[in-house]
Amino acid sequence: MSVKHALLALLEQQPMYGYQLRAEFEQRTGTTWPLNVGQVYTTLTRLERDGLAFADGEDGEGHVIYRITDAGRDEVATWFTTPVGRTQPPRDELAIKLALAVTVPGVDVGTVIQQQRSATMAALQDYTRLKRQAAAGAVPDAGADDGSGGADLAWSLVLDSLVFAAEAEIRWLDHCESRLRRAAAGGVGRRNARLDEEAPARGAR
Amino acid sequence: MNPVLKLTDVTRIHGEAPHEVLALRGISFEAHPGELVAVMGPSGSGKSTLLTIAGGLDRPTAGSVTVEGTDLAGLGQHGRARMRRTSIGYVFQGFNLIPALTAAENVALPRELDGVAPRRARAEARKALEEVGIADLADRFPDDMSGGQQQRVAIARAVVGERRLILADEPTGALDTETGEGILQLLRARCDAGAAGVLVTHEARHAAWADRVVFLRDGVVVDETGADRVDVLTGPGAR
Ligand SMILES: Nc1ncnc2c1ncn2[C@@H]1O[C@H](COP(=O)(O)OP(=O)(O)OP(=O)(O)O)[C@@H](O)[C@H]1O
Ligand SMILES: [Mg+2]
Repeated sequence: MSVKHALLALLEQQPMYGYQLRAEFEQRTGTTWPLNVGQVYTTLTRLERDGLAFADGEDGEGHVIYRITDAGRDEVATWFTTPVGRTQPPRDELAIKLALAVTVPGVDVGTVIQQQRSATMAALQDYTRLKRQAAAGAVPDAGADDGSGGADLAWSLVLDSLVFAAEAEIRWLDHCESRLRRAAAGGVGRRNARLDEEAPARGAR
Repeated sequence: MNPVLKLTDVTRIHGEAPHEVLALRGISFEAHPGELVAVMGPSGSGKSTLLTIAGGLDRPTAGSVTVEGTDLAGLGQHGRARMRRTSIGYVFQGFNLIPALTAAENVALPRELDGVAPRRARAEARKALEEVGIADLADRFPDDMSGGQQQRVAIARAVVGERRLILADEPTGALDTETGEGILQLLRARCDAGAAGVLVTHEARHAAWADRVVFLRDGVVVDETGADRVDVLTGPGAR
């Protein structure tokens, strides 16, 4: 995740100090990708070094306020208009695990799939619960015009993203399972195991 | 708390040997008040069979089914029919609306059959149609509605009155995602209000609204997420 760009984008909205940046980030993304304050300050130092932001004095309580530069604004604009790279898909532990499970002898792939599906389903239940909570707490149709409505929207979009990803993973697991079953059944396109299929074919010529 | 629905060692064999199909193999299953349970599994795994047996529309070959403590087998035909009208709301995989009746009449029918005054039954029907977002279609006939609209009528019919057990077989099948979510919200609200619900679905995102998700394979529960995790993988289902 690009902490640098996320913080710059927040600074484009208004000058802020470290804790504030972290709070704003988490208001939009929940605790999905927690940021520690140390990380925020190292990033701010780097932004300053690269001329993308600068420390612009302190507020009444002694917080150092950071402000974005013109170069920083350009950087944010470029970030938003450049698609997230897909040329090298992020390493997917589950795909790798299954790829090995189907080739390494003695692994019960069916169990691997089922356990993963249950775990992913449980996560999906959690995300859905969070979504329901968010919906219950939010004013219906809160627009993006006031700050909090926009943050609510951002958070619910992040949740949607997690929901879609979990859903896709479950679909893929279903797909793997049915392909494996078909392969196990001898490549014949059987839809289900049947009692009469378990017995040897009768009346075969 | 006593379960609203309890299946004990239910087996259902369809057809005759040598072509018999073992649709359910000794399934035990409960749904408690306030609980929404989702059932997932590949096509042919026995989901609809499970639901029709839970709703008293089909009878197990072996095992028992109780609804609110009453054994369905001991009820007889009339008793079961009454139970279906009063306690159980059922959404079929096909919608099963009566073509000669309007949407409102379809929804009001089970209530009227059960002796609720027609006027009150109509009022309840309109309220249920409102809840599924098609109050304006109350006087339409099923043939003059889209698939998704018919589906919503079927759902209204299942939730009208104070049903304690709501059984829904792919209730979101013909609906777009937003309308589908609306239906889940409605089911969820009914369960939060104290009903027990069983939802059969292929869609993980819909199953995720449930408190518990049960996975069926070849007539056997192979796994379950939710409150009490059970490791049934080593059970009779593992072959
Ligand atoms: N009346 C019947 N006579 C014979 N076999 C039947 C009958 N009803 C269902 N079956 C068989 O029982 C098995 C379970 O069917 P069921 O309808 O419960 O599956 P399902 O999980 O609901 O599938 P789907 O997702 O396709 O709706 C299937 O193999 C089906 O062919
Ligand atoms: Mg079915």
